[in-house]
Amino acid sequence: MKRIVIAGGHVVDPANSTDEVRDVFVSDGKILAIGSAPAGFEADLVIDAQRLVVCPGLIDLRVRPREPGQEHKGTIASECAAAVSGGITTLCCPPDTDPINDTPAVTDLILHRANEAGTARIVTLGAMTRELRGEKLAEMGALQRAGCVGVSNAQRPIADLTVLRRAFEYAASLGLRVFIHAEDPALAKGCINESAVSARLGLTGVPEIAETIAVSRDLLLIQHTGVSAHFCGLSTARAVQMVARAQYDGLPVTADVAVHHLHLTEMDAADFNTQCHVRPPLRTTRDRDALRSSVQRGTLAAVCSDHQPHDPDAKEVPFSESEPGISGVETLLPLLLRVQTDLRMTLRDALARVTSGPAQILGLSSGTLGVGRDADICIFDPNESWMLDPNQLKSRGRNTPFSGWEMRGRVRWTLVGGKVVYGKA
Amino acid sequence: MSVRDIQLDDKGRLRHFLTVEGLSRQILTDILDTAESFATVGEQAVKKVPLLRGKTITNLFFESSTRTRTTFELAAKRLSADVLNINVATSSTSKGESMLDMLRNLEAMHCDMFVVRHNRSGAAHFIARHVAPHISVINGGDGCHAHPTQAMLDMFTIRRHKGEFNKLKVAIVGDILHSRVARSQIHALSILGAHEIRVIGPKTLIPRDASTFGVHVVHDLRAGLSDVDAVLMLRLQRERMEGAFLPSEHEYFQLYGLNEDTLAHAKPDAIVLHPGPINRGVEIDSRVADGARSVILEQVTNGIAVRMAVMAMVLGRGNADEGEVRRPGAER
Repeated sequence: MKRIVIAGGHVVDPANSTDEVRDVFVSDGKILAIGSAPAGFEADLVIDAQRLVVCPGLIDLRVRPREPGQEHKGTIASECAAAVSGGITTLCCPPDTDPINDTPAVTDLILHRANEAGTARIVTLGAMTRELRGEKLAEMGALQRAGCVGVSNAQRPIADLTVLRRAFEYAASLGLRVFIHAEDPALAKGCINESAVSARLGLTGVPEIAETIAVSRDLLLIQHTGVSAHFCGLSTARAVQMVARAQYDGLPVTADVAVHHLHLTEMDAADFNTQCHVRPPLRTTRDRDALRSSVQRGTLAAVCSDHQPHDPDAKEVPFSESEPGISGVETLLPLLLRVQTDLRMTLRDALARVTSGPAQILGLSSGTLGVGRDADICIFDPNESWMLDPNQLKSRGRNTPFSGWEMRGRVRWTLVGGKVVYGKA
Repeated sequence: MSVRDIQLDDKGRLRHFLTVEGLSRQILTDILDTAESFATVGEQAVKKVPLLRGKTITNLFFESSTRTRTTFELAAKRLSADVLNINVATSSTSKGESMLDMLRNLEAMHCDMFVVRHNRSGAAHFIARHVAPHISVINGGDGCHAHPTQAMLDMFTIRRHKGEFNKLKVAIVGDILHSRVARSQIHALSILGAHEIRVIGPKTLIPRDASTFGVHVVHDLRAGLSDVDAVLMLRLQRERMEGAFLPSEHEYFQLYGLNEDTLAHAKPDAIVLHPGPINRGVEIDSRVADGARSVILEQVTNGIAVRMAVMAMVLGRGNADEGEVRRPGAER
């Protein structure tokens, strides 16, 4: 196995509060040492990281590589390659593949394909109910044994509260964390935030209460069942407020936000721009600002790309017919750095939201550069500016509303398990 | 690119007509004035002017319509354009051809203008964004978003009866939430400077943020009609009983139906408009619809002149570099 030294880089490791220029020594796929070279260490590869930041590989809480089922939009191989070019070393896939990940066979398939691709690591969430129908429980125990790190009903909210309660109870008894998309299905039938903008455009809106009612109800169920829970992709100020309150009260709840919700608002969709059709919808400036400060405070412990690559046809139709989602793995880091600059956060705090934060939520030992851990490492130039051209994206999905945006921060090298998976090896 | 920019050319002239929103009072007034000059064409023995000879206009209707399609067709023919009617519900998109493929094919046949009606909000914008640069798009109604030519023919009708807008109180009654007509009417009335715009209906049929449009929201019909100069009725779609918007047509008529009693609250010379087709006994009583204050049939006639005006302004642009469309009235 290769021995690598990453020399002269600015090491930022939020989990260990490291924030200084250090050398990083890698051997046998693990972090061997930080600082001075262990006796007798001879490097096979020296990565010159001067003026670059060396941080744990990013962990992206929500990525849909589209495989199995929608390989015309993306494959595990294509999207993992795109992810590592964005510094992401682990990505977590929701169970709404086709077939649904509600049996160990599907989990095995996904993990096997990821292994074959040999770039980013994949972890999976299993289905909470069979075929995500919200009627019968999925075999969560079997999914757990197959490697699922949590369970979720993805974006198919369970309408029957008895089923939801049982699913929480059952997951709690297995020690599985539930990943919740908080959305009341009956209230969430639109495609854009309900407001003056939706009224003007004549599009059916999703009201704020579609999210807040679901969050408040789910918080009661979490308390009642004792399950550990994570809210995926919150979009409203009031929902985050409720989660902050619950955390303060000691409830085992965490939450994340998709990075585009930290930058865009409903106004960006106001010219029927289908690239801004996302679910939950982009909300108001007030919501966006509240989400930003919750990232800063840590109520939102993770920021994810919510990567959803699409074929061009999915967006080349009138707004309400278009499919929601943004191809985001390659813009997660620069968009996070933009928030860091805007809010004057420390780099360490910002990077915690894509490393130690999500690692903790998923129960992974990665997301840190601790000695002895897997050498999943991202090395980026924090000062390089570049213009986003969708045609340059490595993802099969070119669907992004950030076309033409000036991005700051460019990944130079990505290592997974001590192997260079992106950059000049 | 904002919604506004796309419909104007670099000289600020109308290149597409997709929505009234964001247009200047000058452009709206130009449309009304131009329509005025076309209004007499239909009364002449030879109902044609040669303004758009050699141009091809395609009526692209993804949603069925009789009145709107017919008046667009008549308008185009009176301007001497060639007209192609495509009813897409029975056409290629049902064979799986995408909307963009179909547009490319029509472009290859050298069309100059698409008149588009579609049940999805934003469909006309979508098409305008994807057509070749020499093609103009007129929105014949998209989802719940906009129906700009309908609103302009309503303005034309109101102006003919009431003169200038700045003293007028106007009420729009019914299902504002789902109405593209109401949205365009509200924009047109406010751009033209109407004194007061009221929207009347139950909360379930009025957008939550309606007051941001600069309208007064009223839930009581009689109070809302008090002292108005014009009553703009909207058609109630039967499917509104489904989504729990309303309990029944009967109750709707009781609360929001326009009859002679309720109309008595408006000014004595108030006019009544309706975009058609009318649901008699649901939103309007026959005695009002057919009564002396109804201008509903006039609206249909005026629709032709207004659509001629819009087509001529949009297509007449490139012809001559004089910039202005020559109005037939100016020659007389």
